Amino acid sequence: MRELIDTYGVYFLVGQYPNGPLGGLALTLLLSALALLLALPLGLALGLARLSPWRALRWPVSAFVFTVRATPLLMVVFWAYFGLPALTGYKSGQFATMLVALVVFDGAYLAEIVRAGVQGLGRGQMEAARALGLSHLQALRSVILPQALRHMLPSLVNQFVSTIKETSLGYIIGLSEVSFIASQINTQVFTKPAQVYLWLGFSYFVLCFALSRFAYWMQDRGQRRPATATPA
Amino acid sequence: MFDPSLVLSGPYRDLLVAGLLLSLELAAITLVFALPLAIGVALLRMAPARPLRWLGAAYVEAIRNVPLLAHMLFWYFGAPELLPEPLKRRLYEGNIEAISAVIALTLYTAAYMAEDIRSGMRAIPPVQMEAGRSLGLGFLATVRLVLLPQALRITVPPLISQTLNLWKNTSIATVIGVGELMYQAAQVESASFRSFEPFAFATLSYLSVSLLITGLAAWYQQRYPVRHF
Repeated sequence: MRELIDTYGVYFLVGQYPNGPLGGLALTLLLSALALLLALPLGLALGLARLSPWRALRWPVSAFVFTVRATPLLMVVFWAYFGLPALTGYKSGQFATMLVALVVFDGAYLAEIVRAGVQGLGRGQMEAARALGLSHLQALRSVILPQALRHMLPSLVNQFVSTIKETSLGYIIGLSEVSFIASQINTQVFTKPAQVYLWLGFSYFVLCFALSRFAYWMQDRGQRRPATATPA
Repeated sequence: MFDPSLVLSGPYRDLLVAGLLLSLELAAITLVFALPLAIGVALLRMAPARPLRWLGAAYVEAIRNVPLLAHMLFWYFGAPELLPEPLKRRLYEGNIEAISAVIALTLYTAAYMAEDIRSGMRAIPPVQMEAGRSLGLGFLATVRLVLLPQALRITVPPLISQTLNLWKNTSIATVIGVGELMYQAAQVESASFRSFEPFAFATLSYLSVSLLITGLAAWYQQRYPVRHF
């Protein structure tokens, strides 16, 4: 194991960088952070659209969110892999393909987090804001969202953990993220598959466990100090 | 243009249907193994002895914080190498892809289900346990006769939604070459040079089964609503 890490440690962490494209654990982190960041506005828009008073907006968006959530991520990745070139006219790289798939997929999941966050506030907040003369959108922006987003923070960190795990599917389309790099290392070493994949699992574990503990801590802190006590 | 007959008749249809059946089979077999394991892990997490609780927590955290794909790779490429030679040979003669997939799916699903079962049990007020114990029942007897029947109503809906996740997760078995739906869709794609039709078939199949599972959850919640104390 020691020998394995000495020989392949750098390759595992950053891929062929700086002599080639970035890969490995660094690419996994970059991809998941970027995917979550881009999925946030999409998830917010979809989540609010699902709560919209306008049926013409609510129904198609609800159908879209349900469809994506009822489909495996791998299916979305396949659609992106074969569909994007047909749509855009040129062959997109593995990174862009995976990024698009993750943004669409996470967007649908974040939409439900946003919806739960807003609904968790109770009706009174929206009714009070509307009674004060704010429009629906104004009430969302200055009354509902500042409170709901605070409640959503732990869920968002948990979604980041899920996203890190989801990036492993890049393996299937040959994206050189950490699972793909691990299988490359396994092919080169050939005699230590169990050690290589335990190493891979352990790396994911350290990353995701730390983040999920952080989410847990945030949730715990949030419960002890209710958001309503301090106006946002 | 779009030609549904490509996947609704002939050899391609047979491949896709075989894939769909194998996906369903993977999910069903996994469910049969994962449920008892999940109950066991949940009981460990609530056990009176601290080392047992710690063991249960370690299992849940170790499994849930690693992607299913990494589990699959380990159980397919890594674990068989650790076995003694004769056992290994017998394994490679059989359907090792499907066995590895079921092991990975079972361990993964059980970790999530254990947490759902545990939170269902914790929703039962602690006085129920105390009352059971003071009536002279042992820890396990109280769990079985007093806590479980009440916890079931709370636990079944999240367990059904874990089954939905399991159904979607079977698709990942494609990475180790199990001939399930996703694998067959990709096969048909490369054989026919048409991607839309096989993927539409696979997507609609995943959607229909997901819809069924979601419907089941809604029915259960209506039929057996949670009772409040």
